[in-house]
Formats: sequence, structure tokens, C-alpha cells
Amino acid sequence: MATDIIMPALSPTMTEGTLARWVKAEGDKVAIGDVIAEIETDKATMEVEAIESGILGRILVPEGTQDIAVNTPIAIMVEDGEAVPDTASAPAAAPATPEAPVAQPSAVPAVAASAPLTTPEPEKDWGPTAEITVREALHDAMQAELRRDPDVFLIGEEVAEYQGAYKISQGLLAEFGDKRVIDMPITEHGFTGMAVGAALTGLKPIVEFMTMNFSMQAIDHIINSAAKTLYMSGGQMGCPIVFRGPNGAAARVGAQHSQCYGSWYAHVPGLKVVAPWSSADAKGLLRAAIRDPNPVIVLENEILYGRKFPCPVDEDFILPIGKAKIEREGRDVTIVTFSIMVTTALEAAEELAQQGIEAEVINLRSLRPLDTATIVESVKKTSRLVTLEEGWPFAGIGAEVAMQVIEHAFDWLDAPPARVTGVDVPMPFAANLEKLALPQPEHVVEAVRRLI
Amino acid sequence: MAAAQENTARVGGNGPSLTREQFMDAFHEMLLIRRFEEKAGQLYGMGLIGGFCHLYIGQEAVVVGIQMTLKDGDKLITSYRDHGQMLAAGMTPRGVMAELTGRATGYSHGKGGSMHMFSREKNFYGGHGIVGAQVALGIGLAFANKYRGTDEVSVAYFGDGAANQGQVYESFNLAALHKLPCLFIIENNLYGMGTSVERASASHELWRNGEPWGIPGRRVDGMDIAAVHEASAEAVAHCRAGKGPYLLEMMTYRYRGHSMSDPAKYRKREEVDQVRKTRDPIEHVRQILLDAGVSEDNLRKIEDDVKATVNDSAEFAQTSPEPDPAELYTDVLLEA
Repeated sequence: MATDIIMPALSPTMTEGTLARWVKAEGDKVAIGDVIAEIETDKATMEVEAIESGILGRILVPEGTQDIAVNTPIAIMVEDGEAVPDTASAPAAAPATPEAPVAQPSAVPAVAASAPLTTPEPEKDWGPTAEITVREALHDAMQAELRRDPDVFLIGEEVAEYQGAYKISQGLLAEFGDKRVIDMPITEHGFTGMAVGAALTGLKPIVEFMTMNFSMQAIDHIINSAAKTLYMSGGQMGCPIVFRGPNGAAARVGAQHSQCYGSWYAHVPGLKVVAPWSSADAKGLLRAAIRDPNPVIVLENEILYGRKFPCPVDEDFILPIGKAKIEREGRDVTIVTFSIMVTTALEAAEELAQQGIEAEVINLRSLRPLDTATIVESVKKTSRLVTLEEGWPFAGIGAEVAMQVIEHAFDWLDAPPARVTGVDVPMPFAANLEKLALPQPEHVVEAVRRLI
Repeated sequence: MAAAQENTARVGGNGPSLTREQFMDAFHEMLLIRRFEEKAGQLYGMGLIGGFCHLYIGQEAVVVGIQMTLKDGDKLITSYRDHGQMLAAGMTPRGVMAELTGRATGYSHGKGGSMHMFSREKNFYGGHGIVGAQVALGIGLAFANKYRGTDEVSVAYFGDGAANQGQVYESFNLAALHKLPCLFIIENNLYGMGTSVERASASHELWRNGEPWGIPGRRVDGMDIAAVHEASAEAVAHCRAGKGPYLLEMMTYRYRGHSMSDPAKYRKREEVDQVRKTRDPIEHVRQILLDAGVSEDNLRKIEDDVKATVNDSAEFAQTSPEPDPAELYTDVLLEA
């Protein structure tokens, strides 16, 4: 049966090309893989190979012809002994590309989708609490989940024999053994890829980065392998994994060890990102992260590890991911922040109260998904927004929070939202410069006073 | 590494053989991949497959020979040159072709494309577009086998190009350190995109690249299905027995460009023709079968059967709908 040879698309962007040369002539016998013609694209001269065996029956487009559209018939192939049809096989004018039946577009928004806001639900009361450090809270969360689910395991540098670079995993090796609490060599790219591979089979790794700064060595696996595979597999392959470690500035460790990854990871669909402040946040959110069927980034803070906070003693205590907490109620301004900056915000709120200004402090707890409902509800009450974060200002979490408020509560605002952030420089080492680079309570007080 | 060096003597396909039935099966499988890829190239030329498309033509004996030595539950992972692996793993030509054309009936509902395809059912873990990433992920699959206490093996395929990535060596170290049942396959087709292996690697014996970690390696004639089968059987047995990883360098050749848009000016047409004429893995098996008394008619029946399967897959893909627009938003996160 006669078939058309069409002008092929030879690159993802090619729409037309020049037929530079016919390598085969009319009547020539052609086998699969034989070069039959050369085509010039805007980038290169490419060879066209035969995809069927037969006889080159007729050349429809002479060599030297320019601007031939992709899919135009350029020759007719026939089988041995078959007559060449007079014209290009009918219907010549029809595109060689069958149109796929296209589903009618439903309401696909051309702009970024804003989640519909629901009224925030009050937080569950978990009863009596005890004072524990954030370190103990994180330890207890991992211990509880390791006990609960045999598919959970912990890997990272110094997590086992050394008992954790920051002692978060103290005692876990003794209880769970080296099958489930596993020391890794200093090889973040490799062991993160290994953990993601294990998670794709359904295991539930907790990957401890000695600091989140080192996660940059492995960020390809976090984003390209962990966050995107569920989507790329059409929902077949989830990746239940936790990446955790201290984030942001510690004290005097310089530029390469003092960086906030909140905005980096919160940017990525397919990831969840939480940033605990208190012991209850740490325990409740880490437990939820380990149980979550998706990749979750847990941004901890080294300076908070040794701080004590009340934490529910209930064995089942867990927090939902995606729910912010109002740490202090106020009517005059909303301060939205996360992680160690909650401390800074509360100190500023105390100072402001002495000046007769009642600030509401929201601890985000979760950066992705963001609890926009709680923020908007608060701003509708206070009419003023100050965001506070340790990270850099440009494209930071504060920028996103402010935009959400502008989208959802613009008419309630009495002043433009203000951002208090780390200074837009790499972290300096000198004690005085480091302090100047990080937000202090007085910066927050000043920002609030400018709005009121 | 004395053990590894002993293996140099075993280069090539001198001796290893298969039964007639195995050769028949291999002929069918290799031909299916060859014809499927030719069809994919054709659909690409028609604009029905967009973006990148990396064909496996010429390398068929590698994946088919290895697959013959695996059992249910063994896990597979590879690079973006993945169509052959998927067909060998038993994924349907229809589902693969529909994914290549971005249709709702594809393995990833049209959301993955040529380079990102998966099958939980067939233990095929992709399909990865980042060169070398599948090696670290691959030892993770092996880690899971060991963690669960099974004797399953994971096969991580990568090319001579990926063999220079740092994470490959991090993975060698971790796999050897933890004795992970991982079979590393370097498909050395002599070119990482347009750069020949000599111009890219100071090591010209990639099969020895695991030696610092004590990973045994062999170089194999990847155009000879029996040689591939013999080497793979030995390597898989090693992994399955809990002795840790194994590395095979498959000397192979891709007939087509790196991707569809590769003008392939870095090698001479005569070089490609020479390999096709003298080392073609399918013609090699065809000759063995003819010599063994299988009739031309019998082989033609297989060819017709393969052609029908491939045409059916193309027809299925072209008549399948594009994904529903609502599909845009699904499969980002699982319900917690």
C-alpha cells in the first residue's frame, strides 16, 4: 500500500525546513533505517531515515525547496511491484496529524488559584502539659513514630553511634537497632537519593540533615525526585519521606551555615513545609510529618533546641499540618511569623502593649500549605499586617503572606503591609554585624509604630 | 581487586548460549522494542510526540538479556532513554505510546511523557530526566529490598555519560558499605549526547569504576544477547545471595541520535552503518535461529505479530483523548 513520507519535525520547536538533498532517487529500493533525504532546519542539517521498507515511488518536493511545513507529504513510498498513485495519497490536504479528541476545558483559571477560605477551627484542647525542651519534643516524636510503624527509619550523619550531632536522636539506636537508625557517611546527595528511592517503594524514611544548609547538596532529589514523582507518575508513586534539620541562623557560624530555606522549599508544589517554634509544635508537627504520605520538610532551629515549652503529655498528641496558631491575641495589628522569630514577635508585642498597642501574633507553624484563613481573619480584625522572618526579604515568606492578605482582605487594610526580615546580605561572622543582620524586637516595634 | 581483574578474561560472548525457546522469546522482545521505537520516531516526525524523545534502537539486547534473568518483585530504574526498559518490564505498548503522545490513557495520564514514566505494578520506578539521579534512587530500591528482608534485586541502568556524575560514586560507596542488592548497569553506547566516552572519562574501563569500593565488575558485549544473559545471571545471583552490588558495563551502540533533534555530526555515518551491518543484536539472533532450523516463515510470523502490536499501540495512542483539564490539578499531593 502506498504511504506518504511527510516532512518530519526534527526538533521540539521545528515548524518548517528546507529539503536540502534527496539521497535516494525515484525507483530506488529503500530499507528501514536508510537515509533518504537531508533536511536543513534553523539549527542543523539532519538526515531523514526510512521508517518502512519499500520503493521510493515518487518525489513530491524537489530538493532545494525551502520553508516546507512539517507534515507536508514530500514523497510516496510503494511496495515492490506496486503502481505509484497519480497524486499524493488522498486526502492530500488533510493534516497527517490526526486531531486528538480534546476534552472541553472546564474552568481553568488563568491566574494563580487562591484556595477558598474557610473559617478557622479552634485548636483541640489536649489537656495537661509538661515542660520539655524542643530537643526532647523532636526526639519523642521520632521515638513514638518509630515504635508505631516498622516502615519508619532514621538516616543521617551522626544520628546513630554519635547520638545525633545535636542529640535529637539520643538513645534511638539502642532502642531500634542499626537497621532503623542508620549512620550515613558525609554524602548528602547520595543518601538523600537512596532515601527517596526507598520511600518510592513505600518505606517512610526520616532524613536528618546536620543542618538544612547541607540539603542544598541534595536539593535535586528533594525537588525533582521526591516532590514531583507523584505527579509525573499520574498518582502511582507517592513519596512518604521527612527531611528535617536545623534551619536559619544559629550563632556566629557565618554565611554558609546561616540561611533560611523557608521560601526555597515553600515554593515547590508537591512538598509540605513546616517550621515549629515551641515544643508542642515540634512534637505535634514532626509526628504529623512522619505520618504524612507526602514529602515534608521540617525546618527546625538550633537555638530553640534547648528551650523549654509546655507540651501536651497525651500519648496521641499530634498537630495538623497547615494550621497556624494565634500565640497572642490583639486588636491593633497582626504580626505573622514562624520558627524562632515567634519569640521575637512576642517580645515586641510585650513592648507594644506597654505603649498601649495590642498586637496579635500568629505562629504559622506550616509554610506550605499556608493557613491563609487564620491570617485573613486576624487582619480583618486588626486592619494592619506586619510579617516577620529571619530569611531574606526578596521573594520571601513575608511577600507571600502580604500578597495573600492583599488578595483576600485588601478593603480591610488601613495601611500597607510591612515586612521585617533579615538584611539582604550573606550572614556576616562578627558578633555586632550578625546582630545587625537579624530582625530584633525593636525592628518589629518600629515597623508596627509606622503603621499606626 | 584481584576478583574483578580475573573477569577481564571473560569479555565478549565467547561461549554463552541460550535455548532455542529463549532465543525465540528474545527475538520477539527485541524486535518489539525496535519496531516500537521506529514507530515512536515516526510519530515524533509527525508532531504527535513532542519535546524530548530518546530512542533505544541498537541497544535492545541489553535490556532484554537482563530482564530474562530477573524474577517478579525485582525493581528497575533507568534514565530518560527508557522505552525499551518499560516494554521489557512488561508494560503495555499501548500505555507507553499513549504516554509518549501525552494522552489520558498513558501510564502517567499524560503528565510524565517520554522521560517520566512509572509502573508500580511492574516495579518500574522510572524514567528519570536528571542524568545520574536514578543511580542514587536505585540503591534506595535495593535498600528497601534489604530492609524488608526479601531476596529481591534492584537494577539501576545508566549510560556512559552518567558514569561521570558524582552521585554515582556516592551510590557505589553506599551500596558497597551496606551490601545492597543492586545491579548497576552501565549502558556504554560510546557517546554521552555528542561527547565520546574517550573525551568524557579519564577511565576507559568503566566496568572497573566500582573497584575502589570492592564492587565486582565485568565488561560484556551488549550486542550479544547470550553474553548479556550469562553475565547478568551471574551478577543477579551475586546480588540475590546478599553479597552486595555488582557492576556490568554493557558495550552497546545507539543507531539514532541522542534525542530526536540530534544531527549526530560527532560520528560518521559509516560508523553507524558498520555496527548495523556487523553487530546488530537482532540480526545476530535471527541468524542463530535460522541456523538452528527455525523457518523464515516462523520468524516472519513474529515480525507480523510485532508490527500489529506496534501499530495497535500507535492507533490506540492517536485515538485516545488528551487528559481532562481537571487532571492539571490532581496528583500533586496525596490526602493525608
